[in-house]
Amino acid sequence: MNSPTNGTHILQTDKATIRFGGLVAVNELTMDVQKGEIYGLIGPNGAGKTTVFNLLTGVYEPTSGDINILGTRINGLRPFQISRLGVSRTFQNIRLFPSMTVLENVITACHRHAKQSLLDGVFRLPRYFKDESEHREFALELLKIFDLEKYKDEGGTSLPYGNQRRLEIVRALATRPNLLLLDEPAAGMNPSEQQDLTGLIKEIRDRFGLTIVLVEHNMRVVMGVCDRIQVVDYGKSIALGLPQDIKNDPKVIEAYLGD
Amino acid sequence: MNWLKTLIGGVIIIAFLYVLNAMMSSGGFFGTGIDDYQARLLVFICINIILATSLNLINGFTGQFSIGHAGFMAVGAYASAYFTVTFGKGLEGSFLFLGETLASSVVLLLAVVIGAIVAGIMGLIVGIPSLRLRGDYLAIVTLGFAEIIRIVILNIDTVGGATGYPVPGYANFLWIGIFTVITIVVIHNIIKSDTGRALVSIREDELAAEAMGVNTTRYKVTSFVIGSAFAGIAGVLFAHYNKFLHTNDFQFIKSFEIIIMIVIGGMGSMTGAILGAIIVTLLPELLRNLPPIQIGATVFQFADLRLVIFALILILTMILRPQGILGTREFGLNWLKRPRKSSEGSETIGADAGVAEAQQEEAKRLQSEENKDK
Repeated sequence: MNSPTNGTHILQTDKATIRFGGLVAVNELTMDVQKGEIYGLIGPNGAGKTTVFNLLTGVYEPTSGDINILGTRINGLRPFQISRLGVSRTFQNIRLFPSMTVLENVITACHRHAKQSLLDGVFRLPRYFKDESEHREFALELLKIFDLEKYKDEGGTSLPYGNQRRLEIVRALATRPNLLLLDEPAAGMNPSEQQDLTGLIKEIRDRFGLTIVLVEHNMRVVMGVCDRIQVVDYGKSIALGLPQDIKNDPKVIEAYLGD
Repeated sequence: MNWLKTLIGGVIIIAFLYVLNAMMSSGGFFGTGIDDYQARLLVFICINIILATSLNLINGFTGQFSIGHAGFMAVGAYASAYFTVTFGKGLEGSFLFLGETLASSVVLLLAVVIGAIVAGIMGLIVGIPSLRLRGDYLAIVTLGFAEIIRIVILNIDTVGGATGYPVPGYANFLWIGIFTVITIVVIHNIIKSDTGRALVSIREDELAAEAMGVNTTRYKVTSFVIGSAFAGIAGVLFAHYNKFLHTNDFQFIKSFEIIIMIVIGGMGSMTGAILGAIIVTLLPELLRNLPPIQIGATVFQFADLRLVIFALILILTMILRPQGILGTREFGLNWLKRPRKSSEGSETIGADAGVAEAQQEEAKRLQSEENKDK
């Protein structure tokens, strides 16, 4: 496999399969994501892309096959344990915390790095105040990068759609991940927002030293941002390679347009 | 300076409670007094505030529907009562060098600790298996638990069984008031901490909470245990104020009463739970004063119908404000600012328009892309 980055393996799946009754949603999928790359996962509707994400984040357990993330086999781990390994994600249908403000949404995600214990909070010990102000500053800094700082006291779900998507990315970044999974980050954005997003994804990769896997429908975004692309159809991998190769791959064109 | 504020606030509150407590004593406080009926109402308001705020931690903030709070209250009440009946006199004697009032206070504090721990352990035992399940299962398990605990106690003769259990009256209004304030402060501090945010995130979206690294099972159990422990404390105070325990005080109607308090006040609001506790305790009593109305030859004794009227008021509240009086908002000094915020912008309208616009754009784009591909 010729990969543009010859770093370490961040995410590897080995013939990961999941069946729901008779339906094989993901069929012997093998992935190998290298450190620092932006890896696109594309495919027609219902190809099983989001199911792959749910496998990678522990929402589902693979029926067979292995998944290794950051050197740990994650089969059977619960989502929060995988999150603790340094994996963070966004959701296709935005899942912000509705009753929280923009800032609270982000601070909540700082939980992974909270140093305060329950008793620190109950008795308001010095560690509580230190921890809270650190989280707050970190969250505001992240919001500033995404230009969302001015909305910090508004309800997270009262933001316009595009900003909700961006806020979800901010929240995912607040867990300080090594691997970021973006599930259709450009869905519902207008072309200029999509343009901004493309730049932003590259920027956060460089700034935070992330590896990013993204599922996306929007070809312009995928082609503009991904280092490598894997195409999935009916749960099976049908192509893997550089964006320009994928664009001209007859199997991919067939999967998208039919014969 | 924070601790100074806390200290001053604490002193003021204790002084206030002390004055109230003195007014309740037979001598009164400088000639002003509170009669027994009113004193009892005040005590029950306090105990209900403890019950409502602690259940609110489980139901309102963590979003787990527990309907067996009276069971944990009973556990705390009976465990501590057994302790004070068995060891109370002896302990009081050995602490007599502190003076009579302090000695009885020490016994009460020990009883509170025991009640809280036993109820907390019960919460752990009930919570660990049932909190792994979602939604209604917890409601069924907790309801069943509360009834089981009541019937088990009813059949233990050492704690009085069906004849009831006389308990020494160590609790006075001062201590009940102090524990009410402690409960409010502790639960408020939990909510405003990292733990509290984890709990609320579970209520808001369990999947997203897990994805952000929140161990949802652990936090659900934590909130359940803390809530149960405080219900236990309410039980201890009730037992040692009422001086008599009977399992009839802990029937499931009591559990529902606590749920009504937080639903009326607003689930997920501290001040809402407090308000709900006050309303549910006072309203049936206030309705006793309804005057009889004579229409023609018949006289309607509305006071006799007070529970029916109470129910009607609850139903009307739910129809007019299904989210409770305060919803998830808090009543406070910035209350006056709040409404302006929501009416400030056409934010919601803007967001909806944004979605529609974005969807149109997306559709257009898909269309053009398809054309291109062809």
